[in-house]
Amino acid sequence: MSNIPDQLRYATSHEWIKVEDSIGTVGITDHAQQELSDVVYVDLPKVGAQVTAGSAVAVIESVKAASDIYSPASGEVIEVNPDLPAKPELVNKDPYGAAWLYRLKLSQPAELDALKDAAAYRAAVGE
Amino acid sequence: MNTPSVPLKKTALFDAHQKLGARLVDFGGWNMPVQYSGIVDEHKAVREAAGVFDISHMGEFFVSGDKALAFLNGLLTNNVAKLGESQGQYTLMLNEAGGVIDDLIIYRQAGSDYFLVVNAAKIDEDRTWIEKHLLPGVHFADKSFSYSAVALQGPKAIAIARALFGPGWPEPKRNQITSYSWNCQEILTARTGYTGEDGIEIFFKNEIAENFFFALLEAGKPFGLKPCGLGARDTLRLEACLPLNGNDLSDKRTPLEACLGIFVALDRPDEFIGKKVLLQQKASGLKEKLIAFRLKEKGPPPRPHYPLLRDGVPVGEVTSGAPSPTLGGGIGLAYVRADSAEPGTLLELEIRGSRLPVEVVKKPFYKRPS
Repeated sequence: MSNIPDQLRYATSHEWIKVEDSIGTVGITDHAQQELSDVVYVDLPKVGAQVTAGSAVAVIESVKAASDIYSPASGEVIEVNPDLPAKPELVNKDPYGAAWLYRLKLSQPAELDALKDAAAYRAAVGE
Repeated sequence: MNTPSVPLKKTALFDAHQKLGARLVDFGGWNMPVQYSGIVDEHKAVREAAGVFDISHMGEFFVSGDKALAFLNGLLTNNVAKLGESQGQYTLMLNEAGGVIDDLIIYRQAGSDYFLVVNAAKIDEDRTWIEKHLLPGVHFADKSFSYSAVALQGPKAIAIARALFGPGWPEPKRNQITSYSWNCQEILTARTGYTGEDGIEIFFKNEIAENFFFALLEAGKPFGLKPCGLGARDTLRLEACLPLNGNDLSDKRTPLEACLGIFVALDRPDEFIGKKVLLQQKASGLKEKLIAFRLKEKGPPPRPHYPLLRDGVPVGEVTSGAPSPTLGGGIGLAYVRADSAEPGTLLELEIRGSRLPVEVVKKPFYKRPS
């Protein structure tokens, strides 16, 4: 059973997004980090990059495999987590907090309606 | 690989894995544990104490009869004639072009009775190949589906086996196999493994698999024994530079290119399938070799199929790669041009468009303290 906070929105590809004043903060879910286990490397997007919802924007590498991370929303990347390159293990330890991946200025906030709430995501991962 | 409509095969330990909370994945058509507590945690348990792996998916073949030795020496690269009773050897089975069909361990149990342990994904191909070449006077049986097996590996493995089996257990020496009666059931114990550590591989009938597995875990508890999945098995074997068929070995690569020449008895007078090609290759020189390399700096881990370059020119391709839990940093195996295979050679590894410096290093990455 993984932690799925109520206040976030979720993509079926296991990213979460928290939106405040049309700024979205993105990370991967507790379920996803459990599935990946032992994260050893994180490749983040560049600040200033324009990303579209559903496109691969980052890579998280575990011992076993490299996994693409898909942006749950469109917009401009305005900040990336400076701690992750040196401490990729934060993804396993604190996926909803210290291991946020990047922040973006949403260009199409209406896209968020297509994402799942906590209950729907919980159902999607079978918990 | 497997289509969703084909149900995954399960070993006799499937329920045990579920009870222990393993994460199960499709591994070549088998539903196998990739990890229990975590790959790095399990990897360290094997290096520092002990781990146990379900290897029931592997194939168990039995070959016997007056002509068994001649038959096996016609199919395998090493020299079966060198096996004393209870001894085993690593060997390879090649196609006519010298490419690897499978790598395996053959044990001479007694007299003309041989026991072969083959890769799970190759059971059908191996059986078909063996049956196609079978000689009169040779009996062959594929008992893969009635046998289960576990690998008990790590510096504490032998102590755990002694604790479980008691003083009557005939402890096999390196590469030896012995049989033992555990709770009135015959089991085979072989001093072999795929982790770079000391340990044994234990073979038994499916009927006792779960009882045996839990008894072993219980006996190993005071020693720090952990159940381990295929994830840790892969990082452990990679650090020890033990090749994985399908990655580092293939039907397009010869054992000479894989730098496994010491397991190829080219000097024996009799023929084996593939020998002619290997002799030609040896005479004309190898174009490519399987090398070990390390990332020179922190970066994403190497993965199969990533290109390797030298001064910007492609010279090879990665076949296995991972972050090394023991060494820290990325390690891998790759086939590269023979002129770039010397330890100390600096190459570039291309990962998602970036090029990272790597160095060819001597094998293995990890050798257990003797």
